[in-house]
Amino acid sequence: MSTTPQELKERIEAGIPGARAEVTGDGRHFNAVVSSPAFRGISKIAQHRLVYDVFGTDVGERIHALSIQTMPSEEP
Amino acid sequence: MTEDTTNPIREAIKGAISENPVLLFMKGTPEAPGCGFSARVAAILESLDQPFAAVDVLPDPRIRQELSALSNWPTIPQLFIEGELVGGCDIVSEMYQSGELQQALGVDGSTGEAAGEPEAEAAQSAPLSIENRL
Repeated sequence: MSTTPQELKERIEAGIPGARAEVTGDGRHFNAVVSSPAFRGISKIAQHRLVYDVFGTDVGERIHALSIQTMPSEEP
Repeated sequence: MTEDTTNPIREAIKGAISENPVLLFMKGTPEAPGCGFSARVAAILESLDQPFAAVDVLPDPRIRQELSALSNWPTIPQLFIEGELVGGCDIVSEMYQSGELQQALGVDGSTGEAAGEPEAEAAQSAPLSIENRL
């Protein structure tokens, strides 16, 4: 069961309020650039945790590596 | 209380985090990293002449399990400064680029002229004993 960048994008956008995500990857290693108003006023650690939380234990298993860049955005 | 007695690995990890001002959990060692992300964080710290302690999570999968449960962070590497999780490779790289990492470490970063903290070096070997206790 392989993972696609599109699947990750959809899960991030569904899982984090107001999120927009651009995801690239080869099925094992992914890079996600995510913006969301939910990131406003919280630390980088907390922002990345929100993204990791979308995937739970999939990170490190099905998703071998997930590189994340987050940026707070205005309310949509 | 019961956890203290039933979970020596978690206690060893907690101890290492509190005892070492700069502590990197990584795959492999700074000299022989086992993953590109771990290698990058180790290389950043070395480029700042920052003394740091490192724990290799590879010898026993329980180290990684307990660490992630403790830190609420799923991936390796994990960098701790003064007992606080700073982040993994992405955040550390970003903070290095912006200068925030140098600030958090209290180093200049422009050259090797860090306001050296030699006492940190003494901690170098401590966390590796986690491995030996298993």
